Amino acid sequence: MKQPKASASRRSFLKVSALAGGGMLLSFNFWAQAKPLPGQPLTDAKDWVELNGYIKIYPDNSIKIINPNPEFGQNVMTTLPMIVAEELDVDWQKVIVEMGPHDNVKLGPQFTGGSNSTRMYWKPLRDAGAAARNILVQAAAQTWNVPLEEVSTKQGMLYHEKSGRSGMYGDFALKASAIPLPKNPKLKDGRNFTIVRSAQKNVEGMKIVTGKPLFGLDYAHEGMLVAMIEHPPAFGKKLQSFDASEALKMPGIRDIFSLPLYPENYEQSGFDTRTFNDLLVVVGNTTWEVMNARKKLKVIWQPIESSNEIIAGFRGKTNVTIPAGLENTDEQLAKMAAFANQPAQLLRKDGDPETAFKNAAQIIEHTYTAPFLAHNCMEPVNCFAYVTDEKALLVAPHQAPGWIEPSLSKILNLSPDKIEIQIVRMGGGFGLKAYGHFLTEAAIISKKVNAPVKLVYSREDDMTYGIYRPMYTATYRAALDKDKNLLAFHVKGGGIPEHAVHQNRFPAGAVDNYLAEGWAIPTNITIGAFRAPGSNFNAAAEQSFLDELAEAMGKDPIDFRLELLQRAKEKPVGRNNEYDADRYMEVLKLVKEKAGWNDPANKKYSRGVAAYFCHSSYAAHVIDIVEKNGKPYIERVTSAVDCGIVVNPDAATNMVQGAVVDGIGNALYGGITHKDGVPGQNNFNRYRLIRMREAPERIDVHFVHNDIDPTGLGEPPFPPVFAAVANALYKKTGKRFYNQPFYKDIPNA
Amino acid sequence: MAILSLTVNGKKHQVDVDPKTPVLWVLREHLNLTGTKYGCGIAQCGACTINLGDTAVRSCQLPVSSIADKAITTIEGLSEKGDHPLQQAWIEQDVAQCGYCQAGQIMSAAALLKTKPHPTDDDIDAAMSGNICRCGTYLRVKAAIKTAAKG
Repeated sequence: MKQPKASASRRSFLKVSALAGGGMLLSFNFWAQAKPLPGQPLTDAKDWVELNGYIKIYPDNSIKIINPNPEFGQNVMTTLPMIVAEELDVDWQKVIVEMGPHDNVKLGPQFTGGSNSTRMYWKPLRDAGAAARNILVQAAAQTWNVPLEEVSTKQGMLYHEKSGRSGMYGDFALKASAIPLPKNPKLKDGRNFTIVRSAQKNVEGMKIVTGKPLFGLDYAHEGMLVAMIEHPPAFGKKLQSFDASEALKMPGIRDIFSLPLYPENYEQSGFDTRTFNDLLVVVGNTTWEVMNARKKLKVIWQPIESSNEIIAGFRGKTNVTIPAGLENTDEQLAKMAAFANQPAQLLRKDGDPETAFKNAAQIIEHTYTAPFLAHNCMEPVNCFAYVTDEKALLVAPHQAPGWIEPSLSKILNLSPDKIEIQIVRMGGGFGLKAYGHFLTEAAIISKKVNAPVKLVYSREDDMTYGIYRPMYTATYRAALDKDKNLLAFHVKGGGIPEHAVHQNRFPAGAVDNYLAEGWAIPTNITIGAFRAPGSNFNAAAEQSFLDELAEAMGKDPIDFRLELLQRAKEKPVGRNNEYDADRYMEVLKLVKEKAGWNDPANKKYSRGVAAYFCHSSYAAHVIDIVEKNGKPYIERVTSAVDCGIVVNPDAATNMVQGAVVDGIGNALYGGITHKDGVPGQNNFNRYRLIRMREAPERIDVHFVHNDIDPTGLGEPPFPPVFAAVANALYKKTGKRFYNQPFYKDIPNA
Repeated sequence: MAILSLTVNGKKHQVDVDPKTPVLWVLREHLNLTGTKYGCGIAQCGACTINLGDTAVRSCQLPVSSIADKAITTIEGLSEKGDHPLQQAWIEQDVAQCGYCQAGQIMSAAALLKTKPHPTDDDIDAAMSGNICRCGTYLRVKAAIKTAAKG
């Protein structure tokens, strides 16, 4: 077998550029990652024939599939290559999966978040697999001199039945690589899927259970130093001055200095987060030595002045007010209560809600609150950087490196092709690791000390840095006539510093008179996306309120929702309703059936239900509480989910089970409080996370079977958990739970 | 600084470190054994769990000078080929999501099975109470421990 010529790889690159479609030329470094991984055959990298950005074939018929998207536990390393393998028609067990380089031209958007991975890569990866299969078939047909239609494939083999000829993909890969990739290759009929919809184990499972270095924090580089940043102890403070003389004498310390994160007048993108701009940096040989030296720093902090920041986000430029002052949770709650009574921004209005409320026989009104939440990824924030005047290498556990590269380019004054960002597995992300401050921090620190540097956040640094889920509140009102018919529905939501109202979601569209309003209070505490942003509170409040409303109307909570959805289906109110009433009803019906909602055998449980739509998917849960050791215990959860085609069913089940446990944990225990700007929780002794004994015994997950292209899964099952917990707790305790975290109102919790 | 010797996964090592350095950082940054994870530094999350003899301990709070000649086992040394019953069960149950906490989970479970080869649910809850999984894989962790105990 001859080796592919350089020109061939260049041509493959160009072909793939067209295939990837829509991506900007941010960087390219083909062949850069073609190293075999530990435990994989030591094949010679240059003998791999690249058919397109996602597929490489070796002469011995080894198939390598490149995962484009950052992995943070949603299992894309397995799921996405499965989609390619399906259309390529290869034996999944023989596929080698490799994490791709950061290369938006070859590999598409490379963004993990918004439950987007499978949704946005489904079609491109099917196309990539089918197109590669197509050119392999063409190569075989040409070689055998037979009509194209007579060549078939099966599990990495090509066949010409009439003549009895056959060959491996590996035999034809080089020839195929010279054939142009078809633009719209014929895709498989979904009924013939053999890999998609089959349960496949995590391809990195063995590495995980044997402790191989997989994560950003595990990365090592020759001559690498460790850097940590001493950030202000409180939001609303900044660096005034420091005395590092004692700290510099500590063993292993190389340098201590301050420098600004972003230069003056720098225009931030939506992902150029900045909680604190003046960085006080300690650099040393090892993490432990740097941690110790930090204790010897003498720092004077000063109050910030209020300011405005222009953020250039996806939806244009926004002006963000950052007030001065040291905030307190009690005052924040009082402020939210006061704002709730003031006029707010109108988000949606159908019919005449004002009149309906005026004429109501009964008004039901309740207010819900939820605290700031820290992401608490098990792997604290970290990033490796090695920046010189000529180039930059970053090894980043990051959800979307392509969003940060333009910032690095500006700040480091290097063109994008001089910046290589290697994507590594994240020990959790939950939204936090979509933000860019820590990449930029690592890069400017490396540049300053002129050495390879790993920036490490301690758990305390990580938990007290901000980028929290916002603090939220919402007041829900419903107007009933004397016969308990629902006349009007009103949601007025607020938050610090944003509200969570999704005005076009259920029950919008199901009620004649509907009003949605929102308001926000600025803060100097920074916030960011947290698993199902906005939805995670919106669902908690709305689905608790619907439960209380159903009770007031004398209706079963599932039947009540189904009635509203039936109305939204038959005669929808207003425009822009985001959800599909049929799919929404389907998950409710499925969970009702699977949970045995009306089965007398389940009378021993205190049961709560909730459902929600977000990220194009639908989820419903029934939570069953018993008493255990004198307190309520969630013993069993039944979940129904419609996320379209389920690519990897057991992994998807794992994801839903995890979302349920995560939801229970955050609903019961989550929260960051503040006193004089200082977070009240800085580690897991004060920030309670759910542990094994508090997790349910069983979580039964049921997927709606349909042929809809995959929609989101990482986030949709999470938001309705909170309300299902609250509604079940009500059945157990007779008390409604309006304020998260709920454990404060549960005796002995 | 002092030269200390320690036995990790059956191999003797000498390290020149501050005697107060936690075993976690000696493993990770002096011996390049990064399977043992940093999660909290205050023995609250269990990501750093190793076995000291047959006992599960949090290596982030364990000064390297305190272990004397007790044998350390880390995730890298639990088996030669990744075929410890717990490792096999973890793969069979496809436990991991992000995977960061799983080495610590497995090392806690390994110590449990040494003292209680057939643990009850309560035994498992008690032994695993120091290990946090932020992805929420507890049901599968428990199922994998039971699978390994059966095998």
